[in-house]
Amino acid sequence: MGKRSLVLVIADKEIAAKILFALSASAAILAVGLICVFLFMQGLPAIWNIGIINFLTGTSWRPTWDPPLYGILPMIVGSLYVTAGAILFGVPIGIFAAVFMAKFCPSPVHKILKPAINLLAGIPSVVYGYFGMVVLVPFVRENFGGNGNSILTASILLGMMILPTIITISESAIRAISPEIYEGAIALGASHENASFRVVLPAAKSGVMAAVILGIGRAIGETMAVRMVAGNQAVLRMPHEFLSGARTLTTNVVLELGDAYGGHRAALIATGVVLFVFILLINALFSMLKKKGGA
Amino acid sequence: MVLIKSLFRKKPVDLLLLLLTWLSIVLAAAVLMLVVGYVLINGLPHIRPSLFAMQFTTQNQSLFPALVGTLMIVGLSLILAVPLGVFAAIYLVEYAKRGSRFVHIVRLTTETLAGIPSIVYGLFGFIFFGVFLGWGLSLMSGSFTTAIMILPLIMRTTEESLKSVPDTYREGSFGLGAGRLRTVVRIVLPAAMPGILAGIILAIGRIVGETAAIIFTLGNVARMPNSLFDTGRTLSAHMYALANEGTHPGEAHATAAVLLIVVILINALSSRIARLIKSS
Repeated sequence: MGKRSLVLVIADKEIAAKILFALSASAAILAVGLICVFLFMQGLPAIWNIGIINFLTGTSWRPTWDPPLYGILPMIVGSLYVTAGAILFGVPIGIFAAVFMAKFCPSPVHKILKPAINLLAGIPSVVYGYFGMVVLVPFVRENFGGNGNSILTASILLGMMILPTIITISESAIRAISPEIYEGAIALGASHENASFRVVLPAAKSGVMAAVILGIGRAIGETMAVRMVAGNQAVLRMPHEFLSGARTLTTNVVLELGDAYGGHRAALIATGVVLFVFILLINALFSMLKKKGGA
Repeated sequence: MVLIKSLFRKKPVDLLLLLLTWLSIVLAAAVLMLVVGYVLINGLPHIRPSLFAMQFTTQNQSLFPALVGTLMIVGLSLILAVPLGVFAAIYLVEYAKRGSRFVHIVRLTTETLAGIPSIVYGLFGFIFFGVFLGWGLSLMSGSFTTAIMILPLIMRTTEESLKSVPDTYREGSFGLGAGRLRTVVRIVLPAAMPGILAGIILAIGRIVGETAAIIFTLGNVARMPNSLFDTGRTLSAHMYALANEGTHPGEAHATAAVLLIVVILINALSSRIARLIKSS
């Protein structure tokens, strides 16, 4: 092989590799494209057939009736309830715990707590769901009434599940605030608590908000754990009925997709589309806040 | 004593804030101990050899077929996602021009993938791989679906570890006359290996814990798949089935414990590798 062709072979290899790497990078674009096309292609016609108003504001989900009724308002409201409940339980505890991790925690304790919180994030949702079934459901039944499979139970469980998300992201947002801000407050005579909560935490506001938004995304998208503790009745609940069961957008899909055909399957895909749109909005909000926080 | 005295000297508001932070972290730690403690204490006594029998029967709810199914899904999914994710990260870090439109779109779509809930992946896998491509409930559908799910994780961790390789390595390699490809493959990639590995292990954890996407793509049948187009189940799906049927509480407890132990091991391994990187 002459010297010139050797150079050519090397150059070819370089170009081929670059093309291979660039093609791999497009895989994510392809995946998102396919997901959007297939969900919308099958979901949107279903929404059109049912009628967008009937679908989104209908209060009855009766896929076996003739003609069937596909109203997902109970599920939209159910998703909102359990997500709001999860925020109620998870966010205050999560933010205070994050401040502890970033500002109050002695380093040896941090070395134990950090992996513990990572583990909390790694526990599979079906294990959380199982724990909810055998521990939380009886607990709620005995202490609050009802049969235990309820909006309240799902909210407590989801609150536990979003804790690691909120703690981890808030902690790094708080740590990203430059130490001068904290030191300045201390120099002006603020106590450690005052400086941490009144000066550093507000400075990390957008990062903490991003953590809350991501937590909301987790809660609204969680399926198996909710399926196992929420009772799953497709009934429109009022807020004071938090001890009754409810169905969410996610559980509507997981409960019925296995044996649904035709229009019923299409209506479930349409339910997924509504969930997907919710998630896309939440993600957009999250990345906006993350950019603002500079994290 | 000193600690208590210093507590008394604090202003009431400060004391309240301090108590709330302590209360919150104790609650968070209690959640972990409660879940892990309950599952292990109730599960470990039920772990018997028969649980690992080759065959699943109605009398003996063996988790072994599910364990094999899990390994198959993890293996296939990694084969698909790791090269793709690592190559993509190499492109983003080593080749792409910063701020190019293509990079922007890749980042946007990767973030989108990371935020999609598993039930939506399950729905997509079901209608695309299962129905549209006609793969039905199978290892193929299941592993392709989970591969898409872990792609953003692999890409992000690989990107981070490639970025942490100092530029002097690259300059040294270029200076000795190596091309870009050779520099990446021989110098940068080996240096970034531990970080990539930690990411892969996290991805394994994600697949092992997955249920909603699995049951509509791989299916949930208690047997070992005997071809790429055969159905089966994973450990999480097995756990879900046991919990729902509610007829075998002992086996359900034991399966939850086994699943949790697997996840704890995966987490420990990943954080050990991450610590190794930090110390080196």
